[in-house]
Amino acid sequence: MSEDSFMSSRIEAQSDLGTLATLRRGLELSPELRRGLGLTVVLAVVATLGRVLIPFVVQQTTDNGILADGGPDLGFVLRAILVAGAAVVVTSLAQYLVNVRLFTAAESGLATLRLRAFRHIHDLSVLTQSTERRGSLVSRVTSDVDTISMFVQFGGLMLLISTAQIMLATLLMLFYSPVLALVVYLCFVPLVFLVRRFQPMLGRAYGAVRTRVGDMLGAISESIVGALTIRAYGVEDRTAARIDRAIEEHRRSAIRAQVRSVMAFVSGQGFAGITTAVVLAAGTVLAVRGDITLGQLLAFLFLVNLFTQPVLMATEILNELQNAVAGWRRVIGVIDTPADVSDPGVGGVHQQRGPITVQFEDVTYAYPGGEPVLRDVDLRIAPHTRVAIVGETGSGKTTMAKLLTRLMDPTEGRVLLDGVDLRRLAFDSLRSRVVLVPQEGFLFDDDVASNIRFGRPGASDDEIALAVTELGLDSWVDGLPHGLATHVGQRGESLSAGERQLVAIARAYLADPDLLVLDEATSAVDPSTEVRVQRALEGLTRGRTSVAIAHRLSTAEAADLVVVVDRGRIVEVGHHRELVGRGGVYTRMHESWTAQQRSGDPLG
Amino acid sequence: MSVASQPVPRPTANRAVLRRGLKVVWSGIKDQPRPFAVAVLGAMLWAAATVGTAGAIGWVTDHVIEPAVTSRVVTAAGLWTILGVLLAVLVVNVVGVILRRVYATVAGFNLQAGYRRRVTRQYLRLPLSWHHAHPSGQLLSNAHADIEATWQVFNPLPMAIGVIFMLLIAGVMMVVVDPFLAFIGLLVFPGLFAANLVFQQFMAPRITRAQQLRAEVAEVAHESFEAGLVVKAMGREDEETERFRGSTHELRDALILVGRTRGTFEPVIEAIPTLGTLAVLGVGTWQVSRGELDAAQVVQMAYLFSLLAFPVRALGWVLAELPRSVVGHDRVQHVLRSEGAMEHGPARLPAGGGPARSAMSHVTYTHAGEQEPAIHEVSLEVEAGSTTALVGPTGSGKSTLVNLAVRLIDPGTGTVLLDGTDVRELARGVIPATATVVAQQTFMFDDTVRGNVTLGEDDRSTDASVWEALRIAQADGFVRAMSDGLDTVIGERGGNLSGGQRQRIALARAIWRQPRLLVLDDATSAVDPSVEQAVLAGLREARTGMTVLVVAYRMATIMLADQVVYVEHGRVVDRGSHEDLVDRCGGYADLVHAYAREAAERAAVERAEEDA
Repeated sequence: MSEDSFMSSRIEAQSDLGTLATLRRGLELSPELRRGLGLTVVLAVVATLGRVLIPFVVQQTTDNGILADGGPDLGFVLRAILVAGAAVVVTSLAQYLVNVRLFTAAESGLATLRLRAFRHIHDLSVLTQSTERRGSLVSRVTSDVDTISMFVQFGGLMLLISTAQIMLATLLMLFYSPVLALVVYLCFVPLVFLVRRFQPMLGRAYGAVRTRVGDMLGAISESIVGALTIRAYGVEDRTAARIDRAIEEHRRSAIRAQVRSVMAFVSGQGFAGITTAVVLAAGTVLAVRGDITLGQLLAFLFLVNLFTQPVLMATEILNELQNAVAGWRRVIGVIDTPADVSDPGVGGVHQQRGPITVQFEDVTYAYPGGEPVLRDVDLRIAPHTRVAIVGETGSGKTTMAKLLTRLMDPTEGRVLLDGVDLRRLAFDSLRSRVVLVPQEGFLFDDDVASNIRFGRPGASDDEIALAVTELGLDSWVDGLPHGLATHVGQRGESLSAGERQLVAIARAYLADPDLLVLDEATSAVDPSTEVRVQRALEGLTRGRTSVAIAHRLSTAEAADLVVVVDRGRIVEVGHHRELVGRGGVYTRMHESWTAQQRSGDPLG
Repeated sequence: MSVASQPVPRPTANRAVLRRGLKVVWSGIKDQPRPFAVAVLGAMLWAAATVGTAGAIGWVTDHVIEPAVTSRVVTAAGLWTILGVLLAVLVVNVVGVILRRVYATVAGFNLQAGYRRRVTRQYLRLPLSWHHAHPSGQLLSNAHADIEATWQVFNPLPMAIGVIFMLLIAGVMMVVVDPFLAFIGLLVFPGLFAANLVFQQFMAPRITRAQQLRAEVAEVAHESFEAGLVVKAMGREDEETERFRGSTHELRDALILVGRTRGTFEPVIEAIPTLGTLAVLGVGTWQVSRGELDAAQVVQMAYLFSLLAFPVRALGWVLAELPRSVVGHDRVQHVLRSEGAMEHGPARLPAGGGPARSAMSHVTYTHAGEQEPAIHEVSLEVEAGSTTALVGPTGSGKSTLVNLAVRLIDPGTGTVLLDGTDVRELARGVIPATATVVAQQTFMFDDTVRGNVTLGEDDRSTDASVWEALRIAQADGFVRAMSDGLDTVIGERGGNLSGGQRQRIALARAIWRQPRLLVLDDATSAVDPSVEQAVLAGLREARTGMTVLVVAYRMATIMLADQVVYVEHGRVVDRGSHEDLVDRCGGYADLVHAYAREAAERAAVERAEEDA
């Protein structure tokens, strides 16, 4: 809808925060993730204690029960088994509670994140929104968030438990043999370095996957949204090839990331194996020197296993963490994209409804990095004036409409509403006073009534019916298969272009703004619908201040004030009757219009 | 606002989920036999090495450590033996894990990619009516989230198979040690199986609902972002966020329920092998005390069991994934099994044969799900080289007729002819090569201006020909002003272009192909009337060798036509020149007069206002 190819601030593909900063920001955005974490940690510790206790009891059972001096001690074994059985029950229960609590926290936190991202995308300016493909934008509130969920559900849980288990195993190892515990830790130092090296590599690989998912969804959506064009031009094969390329790139990047994660995991496993071997060898030396017994050595080996298992699990989780961070970076990337047109916040001015005065004060607008498309525009519009802005395509008239509705802010100068700078006006006050009817009013996949209600969500069915009648649209609605309950299909496709305009007009009428900004639809519709559109528009603009980006002579003729824009400047202002004979830009436009009217006159 | 989405058949929750899940898995294995075989081989190496680690430790204890401790002498050779044996087992283990995990991933992502290709092929093949019945967001979700859900199971699958292999080894060893004790221990498995059946029962409906809601969230987001401008213009960000909150929170609750189910199942699966170990220990000790068993045998048995406790969870993971697989699979199959794609015949049309002739004979067409036909018994003749205007009130069936003419849809009864051949007889690709339609809603590919005009037919594209098409479509001016000219990338749906500019590029796309039949379905709706005039004038000069069928709304367009066809309620009411129709066809005269009358009324009102 903009007449330029320049862009305002772009949506970041990914935020460039580091892993920890991403986690911190992620937790900040989803406070639920931390809610009740204290109790969850306690429960996790209980579950871990149980998990460590059970093998310990099993070992005790064998050592002091079955292999007891003087034959198996049946009583001891039974007692031990009962203790272990009770531990299993307690562990399972604690584990269940941990699972449920983490699931609840994770999903609640992620729902909040989805909502934040969704809301922020709507808060971004139209220009910023258009810097990203829709499929990709959708992925930021769907699959990117899903990627995080894998980590915060299972990963977070496992990381907690693993850390607890590592600490416990360390304590036990120190208790059994400080020397061997040192040996174990020495073996793991290289692993720590390796993991640190792997992490950024993995981060990049998973980041690439997220980008490819966005690209792939963008490519796939071509086959859905472009269905008609693809069939009409017989470009199924080409589209298929484009989609296949995106699918293949995604497949490759996904496998590449997984291979790296396998390598990271395997290096952990390698060190676990090496540790066992080194402990056995070192332990043998210690045992030969008489520092420990053979039994102690074997018991220690059991502890090493207790230590390596969670370490392995942790390396795995760190992989998953990088995957989650990649998703987080995409979501944070969009949330942290500055909204270049934003609500003034608490200090925002709230205005009374009523007759409205509009003023452009030395307004210049240039798209970032571009030449000004509007220069030094000064214009005052008195209440209840019907203004028509006319000019060639690219003259800057659409830019004026966008500035007036604060879809963009001027580069220089101010736009004032009743003397207040638009930038100081609270959004809800602004939107209730000023409404834009765009060229193509988007319709939702719902019925006609709901689409009209979009103009004022609280409106009752009677109010909608009344609006329809007041705009003279009742005969049209009666002609629809199910009246106001008729479904309009996706994007309103079941209605014609003209009918979609009618719905958009009724929607704006229901919104009842003080200032109506109308980007006049250029689409030609059949004459009878055109008549309806014109009547409805008249009903809509009656008694209001209105500014129309006019494409029709009739609109300019009927306006109280015609503003002629040429190459970014206002060149003429006045009533149609004054301007038409002035010999300027308007005169030329008028001549070409009347020529068309004549050629199109059915009676001529 | 509610989202009207096409219900996808839901799988019934019963014991069949397990069977069907395994069927899905089996179909995946058949699809990717090689990577899967390598992964399973890796899993077996891993399983053997895992069981072997215990054996290796036992062996070095018996043969190296114990003698050393007893004799109080340790040799370097002895230490190297310890390291050597254990590292050898480790190497097998690591190689096994690499093969298992890498190839499981390869199999899984190959399957995903393969199914994405098949699903998108369906999107390209299925008729437009099917597309209209399915929200874009849902189709995106089918191609992404559902396919992912189906094949995620391949990640833990090879490990689970390795675990089964491990269980076999361990099972045999246990039976060798003591069949009775082994029997007690192996009772664990029916226990696992029963627990899983209960789990599936609860899980299947919950996961179905979660996947459905996932699609709904995508639908709402897709629609809402598409409506971005209107949402902003009306200041409805809050309401849209509320709508999204509704589906997001429903999804959240559904996922929490799924998590609760899973969170219950997992501790149970984990506890069962431990309980088995305890049972073995208890019974074993009892047997030892009765002198029926050697204490060392019980210890060995208990060790074998404790070794299995952790990997057995991999079985649980696979079982837990199965309901998700089945649900994803069903949703994907709903797309793959959809029918109604157009069949093409063998006929071709002579190449470069001048303007094409289009005709319809007794054509009737009814939209899906409606009783009343949209088109009744229409017969129509569009002469080669002529320009025909279709005129009629809104909803009279003009667009449907046009779509029939270029076979975007097929009639219920009657025949549509192109150069005298039934369009259904024509080979694939013949119609797009002959007839080109420019629709009301323009679609831009995420490609350069050149790519959007030539649509990849680079072999016959020259810059000069592209510029010429752009010139006729009145698009050369703004394209020239773009930073990279023809190489400027136009975003999806031409986000950076105005509606009129997009339409002009779409027109250039049609003109560039020099079709023998050009169909314009309100294709100039978003351009200024003066530009439209220039486009039509350009077409007139370039249209030698072209038949034009145009849905006309503006008088200027009607005046260009050799023949006007007036349509009302899906029937052709009259045809002839504009003058004839004004004279003899009441409906047509009313329609074209309406516009003039409105203009006159307006003028009268204005004069009255001035007088007052």
